[in-house]
Amino acid sequence: MVSEAVTAPVARARRPRTGTGYPRYVAAKAGGAVVSLLAVLVTGFFLFRLIPGDPVKTMTGGRPVSAEQLAAYRREFGLDLPLWHQFTDYCGKALTGDLGTSYQFRTPVIDKITEALPNTLLLTGTAFVLYTALGMWLGTRSAWRHGKLGDRLNTGLALTLYSVPSFWLGLLLIIVFAVGLGPIPGLFPTGGMESGGKEGFAYVVDVAHHLVLPVITLVAVEYGQTLLVTRSALLDEMGSDYLTTARAKGLRDDLVRRRHAVPNALLPTVTLVFVNLGRTVAGVILVETVFSWPGLGGLFYQALSVPDLPLVQGLFLVFASAVIVMNTLADLIYPLLDPRVGR
Amino acid sequence: MTLLEVRDLTVTYPNGAAAVRGVDLSLDSGSKLGVAGESGCGKSTLALALLRLLPAGTEVGGEILLDGEDVLKMRWGQVRAVRWAGASIVFQGAMHSLNPVHRVGDQIAEPILLHGGAGAAAARKRTGELLEQVGLPTARARAYPHELSGGQRQRVMIAMALACDPKLVIADEPTTALDVMIQAQILRLIEQLVSEQELGLIMISHDLAVLADTCDRLAVMYAGRVVEEGPARAVYEDALHPYGKALSGAFPRIGDPASRFAPRGLPGDPPDPSDLPSGCTFHPRCPVALDGCEVEDQWLREGAPGRRAACVHVGAAVRSTT
Amino acid sequence: MTTDLVRATPRRLAWQRRRRSAVRFWKQYRTHRAGLVGLAALVLFALVALTAPLTVGSDVTGVTDAPGNPLEAPSTEFPLGTDRFGRDLLGLVVWGSRVSLLVGLLAAVLSVAIGAVVGITAGHFKGAYATVLMRITDWFLVMPTLVLAIALATVMSRSLGTVILAIGVTSWPTTARLVRAQTLAVESRPYIERAKALGGGHWHVMTRHVLPNVMPLVLAQTTLMISSSVLAEATLAFLGLGDPTVISWGGLLQDAREAGAVSAGDWWYLVPPGIAIAVVALTFTLCGRAVESVLNPRLGVAR
Repeated sequence: MVSEAVTAPVARARRPRTGTGYPRYVAAKAGGAVVSLLAVLVTGFFLFRLIPGDPVKTMTGGRPVSAEQLAAYRREFGLDLPLWHQFTDYCGKALTGDLGTSYQFRTPVIDKITEALPNTLLLTGTAFVLYTALGMWLGTRSAWRHGKLGDRLNTGLALTLYSVPSFWLGLLLIIVFAVGLGPIPGLFPTGGMESGGKEGFAYVVDVAHHLVLPVITLVAVEYGQTLLVTRSALLDEMGSDYLTTARAKGLRDDLVRRRHAVPNALLPTVTLVFVNLGRTVAGVILVETVFSWPGLGGLFYQALSVPDLPLVQGLFLVFASAVIVMNTLADLIYPLLDPRVGR
Repeated sequence: MTLLEVRDLTVTYPNGAAAVRGVDLSLDSGSKLGVAGESGCGKSTLALALLRLLPAGTEVGGEILLDGEDVLKMRWGQVRAVRWAGASIVFQGAMHSLNPVHRVGDQIAEPILLHGGAGAAAARKRTGELLEQVGLPTARARAYPHELSGGQRQRVMIAMALACDPKLVIADEPTTALDVMIQAQILRLIEQLVSEQELGLIMISHDLAVLADTCDRLAVMYAGRVVEEGPARAVYEDALHPYGKALSGAFPRIGDPASRFAPRGLPGDPPDPSDLPSGCTFHPRCPVALDGCEVEDQWLREGAPGRRAACVHVGAAVRSTT
Repeated sequence: MTTDLVRATPRRLAWQRRRRSAVRFWKQYRTHRAGLVGLAALVLFALVALTAPLTVGSDVTGVTDAPGNPLEAPSTEFPLGTDRFGRDLLGLVVWGSRVSLLVGLLAAVLSVAIGAVVGITAGHFKGAYATVLMRITDWFLVMPTLVLAIALATVMSRSLGTVILAIGVTSWPTTARLVRAQTLAVESRPYIERAKALGGGHWHVMTRHVLPNVMPLVLAQTTLMISSSVLAEATLAFLGLGDPTVISWGGLLQDAREAGAVSAGDWWYLVPPGIAIAVVALTFTLCGRAVESVLNPRLGVAR
C-alpha cells in the first residue's frame, strides 16, 4: 500500500479542466463535497441500524436488562419508529448538530465532542506540522542524493517505521521514557494532558511536557508516507529540462534545488498530504488511546469498549466529515498555488 | 579575434558511451557556426559540455578556451560566472526548458539579478527591453509558459539568452518543435540579433538547409566527431564526405531536378555511442567504403582551401593519427 | 518440424509465453536486494506459521495448566518470558503468527478481489455504471479506512470473519483505481477490438484478455495489501475488536496492556509481538515494492 497508494495519486493530482473558470471549479468541488458528506450521513445511519441484530442488545452487551429497560432504550433512541421515520429524524437532528445522547455518559454526544475537539486539534496539529515538514525535508534530501547511502538509510528507516504499529511504538516509548527502563529515568508523564493545579505559563509548559511522547509517536509513524511521496515527486521532476536551464544560468546547485526543483515537485505533494489525512485519523485514535489523551480518539476508544453506539456514530460522522472537508479545502487551494493548473 | 577554441574535446558518459570523441572547433566573435548531424551524434552533448552542464560522473577531456580561458580548468565559481554572462544557451523545446510555475519575466530577470548585481527595478526594465527586442509586448512578462504559444516561448528563450549580454550564444535546435512559418521568423530573429550585437553564434540542428541558410561555416558531426568542416554553402551544396553528401541529399532542393531522382537518405541507423564500429565509424553505412575503411580510422584532412573532411577519398591527411 | 507445428496449439503457445515472462520477471526481481530479503523473510514466516502445530502445538494457548508463573522475565526455560497467565510467550508469538498471517492474507485477498472486480468492470463497461462506481471508489478513497473498519467491527459480532470482512470491504479503493487504469490501457489495444469483432462477449473479453493482463498488478497489490491488513488486524485486536478466543499478535499486545505490563516496565511482554507485526508488514511491503518496480519501472518506487 505504501508505494502505490503514495505515488499513483501524484500523477493524477486533481486538476480542473482549463477554461471552465475557477468559480465553476469551486462550485463543482463544493457540490461534490456536499454529496460526499450526505453519503457519510447515510452510511452513519445504516451502519448502526441495519447491521445484524438489535443495537440495544449490542449496547447492553449481554448484561441482564429488564424488558422495560430495553423498551425504554428503544424509545429513547427512536428504534420503535418505522425505519424511514428514524432516518429523516436522524438526518434532521444531525444537520442541526444533535447527534443524540451518549449511552455511557448520559450527556449529549455533541457536548462530549466539542469538549474533546480542542485537545485533539492540539495534538494532531502539532504532529501534522512536524511530520509534514520532516517528511518533505528528508524526502527532498533523499531524492537529491538518490541512490547514495543517505538515501537508502532514509527510505529504509521510513519504510520500517511505516510498518510499525503506532500503538506499539507508543507503549514502548512509555516504558522507556515515562516509566523508565534500567538506567533511563522516567522523563515524561505516562499519559494525560496535564498534571493539574497549574496556571499560566507553568500550565503551558506542563501540557507541552505531556505532548512530547504522543507527538513523537505520531510523527514517527506518519512522516514516512510524506517522505516517500516527496521523494518520488522530486525524482520525477529532476530530469526536467528547465533545471538544466537554471544551472546554465549560473545558479548554484542549492538555489536550483530550492527555487526551481522543490517548489514544482511539492505543489502536487501538498494535495496528497491531505488525502492521507484519513490515515492520520487512525493514528490519532490509537495514540490518544495509548497515552490517555483526552481527545476524540480517546473518546472513540471509550465508546468502542462499551459499546456506546450513539457516541461511536457521532464520532464516525465527525472523523469522516473532517477528512472530506480538509480534502475539499486542499482541492480548492491547489489551483491558486500552482499556475500550471488553469484557473 | 578568436572567441571560442575547442581542442580535442572528448566526452564519455558514466555508462561508457563515448558521445564526443575528439572535436576541434573554432569561432570568431561576430561569426556563426553551424553544427549538423543526426540525433545521437553528440551535438547536444557538445553544447552542454561547453558550459560544463553534463551530469556528474561524465568524463570530459581536451580544452575549451572561451576568450582564451579554459572552461574545463576553471573553479566552479568561475564556471558559474561564465555561464550565461559569457555564454548562454537557447535550448531546444522551450516548453520544457522554461520553469512551468514561474512567470517568464521572472525567469528572464533571474540571470540579470544573479550576474549583473542589478536591482529589481532595473532588472524589470531590462526584461521589458529584451521582450520588445524579440518582438513580444512587455506585458507578456507576467505570463506563465503554458499561456504562450510555441513560437512565443522560443522568443522568451532567446530574450533570456541575451539577458546578460553574452559574447557567445549556443542555439541547440532552436526551431525544431515549431512549424515552418514560425521557424523562419525565429531564424531571422536570431540572425538579426547576432549581427546587431556582434555575438558569436553556434547553431546546432539536424537540418542542414537551415544551417546553410543562417551560418557562415558548417561542421558536420557523425558518431561524436566532426567529419566535415568548411564554408556553409560549399558544404551544403558540394559535400566532400559521403555522410555530408547524404545529409544534404536528405533535404530536397527546390528547383533542382537532379535532386528529385537522386537517392536520398541513408540506410541503417546512427551507431550506438557505447558500441562504435571499428575503423572509420561511418563505413557500415558508407556507399563508397573501401576494404581498408573497416580497420583504418580517418581524421580530418584538407580537401580544398578552407575545407576539411575525414574520408579516405579526400586529399592528404592534415593531422596524423595519434 | 511437423510435430512441433501440430503441437503449437494456442493454449500451448500462451502457456509458453507466460512461462517465458515468468522467467523474465524472476530475473529482474532478483536484482532487487530488498525484495529478495523480504522474500526470504516471508518464506521463513510462512514456515514458522505452518509448522506451528508441530513445534509448539495448540497447548500453548491453554490458560488452565500454564507451565510458568505469571509475568516471568526471560530465562532459559522461557526465552521471551511468560504472559499474565504464565504461558510461554515464545510459543504464543509463534502460535499467534497463524491467526495474524491468515487474517492478513484473507483480508488482503478479499480487498483485492473486490478492487479487481470493481476496477475491471468499471474499465470495461463505460458510461453511467462506471461513473457511479468510480465516484463511490473516490469516496471510499478519502474515507478514514480504519474508522470505517472499526465501526463495522463494533456493530458486528466478535469473530475472525468480522475482522476479515471489516478490513476487506474498507480497503479496496486503491486497487480498484489501479486496476481500472490498467483495464482501460489493455482495452485500447487492437486485439481486443479483434476479439470483439470475432464475437467475443463481455465475459470473454474480461476474463480471457483483461484479467491475464491485470493479474501481475493484482499480485503486487495483494502483496502490499497484506502488509496493511496485518497492521489493521493488529490494530482491531488491540482495540478489543478481534476474536477474544484466539491468539494473535495484536491480541497479545492488548493482553499485555491490560495486565499492566506498561506501568510495570515488563518490556519483554510487549516487544516480541510488536516486532513480529512490524517485520511481517515490512517484509510484505518490500516484496510488493520489488514486484511493483519490476512490473512498472516508471512508478519510481525503487529509484
